[in-house]
Amino acid sequence: MDESLLRTLTPSVIGILVRRGANFAAAEDAVQDALIEAVRVWPDDPPQDPKGWLVTVAWRKFLDAARADTSRRNREVLVESQRMPDLGEVVDDTLQLYFLCAHPSLTPASAVALTLRAVGGLTTRQIAQAYLVPEATMAQRISRAKRTISGVRFNQPGHVATVLRVLYLVFNEGYSGDVDLAAEAIRLTRQLAARTNHEEVAGLLALMLLHHARRPARTGPDGRLVPLAEQDRSLWNTRLIAEGVDVLQTALTHGGLGEFQAQAAIAALHADARTVTETDWAQIVEWYDELVRLTGSPVARLNRAVAVGEAHGPRAGLAALAELDPSLPRHAAVAAYLYERDGDPVTAARLYAEAARSASNLAERDHLMRQAARLNAQLRS
Amino acid sequence: MAKYLLLKHYRGAPAPVNDVPMEQWKPEEFSAHVQYMRDFAARLEGTGEFVDSQALSPEGTFVRYDGEGRPPVTDGPFAETKDLIAGWMVIDVETYERALELAGELSAAPGAGSKPIHEWLEIRPFLTSTPTTTE
Repeated sequence: MDESLLRTLTPSVIGILVRRGANFAAAEDAVQDALIEAVRVWPDDPPQDPKGWLVTVAWRKFLDAARADTSRRNREVLVESQRMPDLGEVVDDTLQLYFLCAHPSLTPASAVALTLRAVGGLTTRQIAQAYLVPEATMAQRISRAKRTISGVRFNQPGHVATVLRVLYLVFNEGYSGDVDLAAEAIRLTRQLAARTNHEEVAGLLALMLLHHARRPARTGPDGRLVPLAEQDRSLWNTRLIAEGVDVLQTALTHGGLGEFQAQAAIAALHADARTVTETDWAQIVEWYDELVRLTGSPVARLNRAVAVGEAHGPRAGLAALAELDPSLPRHAAVAAYLYERDGDPVTAARLYAEAARSASNLAERDHLMRQAARLNAQLRS
Repeated sequence: MAKYLLLKHYRGAPAPVNDVPMEQWKPEEFSAHVQYMRDFAARLEGTGEFVDSQALSPEGTFVRYDGEGRPPVTDGPFAETKDLIAGWMVIDVETYERALELAGELSAAPGAGSKPIHEWLEIRPFLTSTPTTTE
């Protein structure tokens, strides 16, 4: 069965139900029920018209739920005769769903969950597995999110920036369950990019494609982290890189530079180097300057210090690092790297061990501890 | 089946036999250790005895309620003498003996000099829910 088709159809089916008069929360529930039924029924009995099938079944689920609700509360609601409240000129239901699910009144975790369900067509169980929480917890998170936005009109214009933030979060979650969230984030961003002319949407899509292209090289066969400089570049996916560069270049010609385009430009410069020594660090520093200007982000400053170290030598990198707060995450790891390049393995080993102890994820901790062990072994011999 | 928690400590457990800080191991010894832990968890998944495994950051703080309308009181980072958990594995096994056997294997993970660490692990049985039939 083509589950991806099912998932692609989800937002437009929700849109149709809303246009017929269902409120968003009820429509979303009904479509979720219809998806679950489709997964059960389609393998043996594939429909001629999948979208029509989903609309029919979801509408029936909606009516059943509304009737049950009505009889429970013992009041009369003429669901059948309900007509769509005037939505004015709104054109694209799917785009509206992106805005609604990333509404600023939602917490990031709620917006992520709701987007994956209503726009992505994932089941609550799949989302729960991906985020390693019980299904009941995820179900509650989603229904609370729906209550939070129950007063928001479906056709209200939204903010692209909040949508991008949500998609970026999904992408960074990677993959821990049987759902590949990085691939899902790319699918959703691609779908969004097809519906808007916003340069930052293109920037984010390019960024995702360029990072995704490196994924096969990012972990070794034993699960260990392989840093960019040591990656086997023949494993990089050239098709994704070409697409990412293409998307980015088109966006950059439009003006309206933003942080995602700047990040994508840095990723593109890395992708452009066939070996690590061919990396154009001077240009990468320039893009980090741009990124710092755009965001003021301490993380961008930290990464800039690394790039400065590569472009102008480790002393220059350490000088850039000295201007930053030592309590920043990964500060010690960056310092260790620069000290080693500066020919001070003793300090570097100490800092790598310190960085390992404060690492926030296991793969990074193991990587940093391995660096400390490598230098200490070198120092002993 | 009964569930057991295998606790690993940063501090608070007796010193292991092969007591060398990780950053002083050879890189290949470190890799062998990581691989041993992965293989162990994978094998327990295979036998249907694995439940969960998590590692914890060495940072920790005690917190308690301090009365209506007041922010919680915190104490920490812990003094050097206090117990500090590094991580855990939850297993679901037939017998206590099996739990001991597995904890022993986990404690045999290789460390410096490719020799077992002989690390002290704490093993704690879960309290179970009330059975449906009590007679």
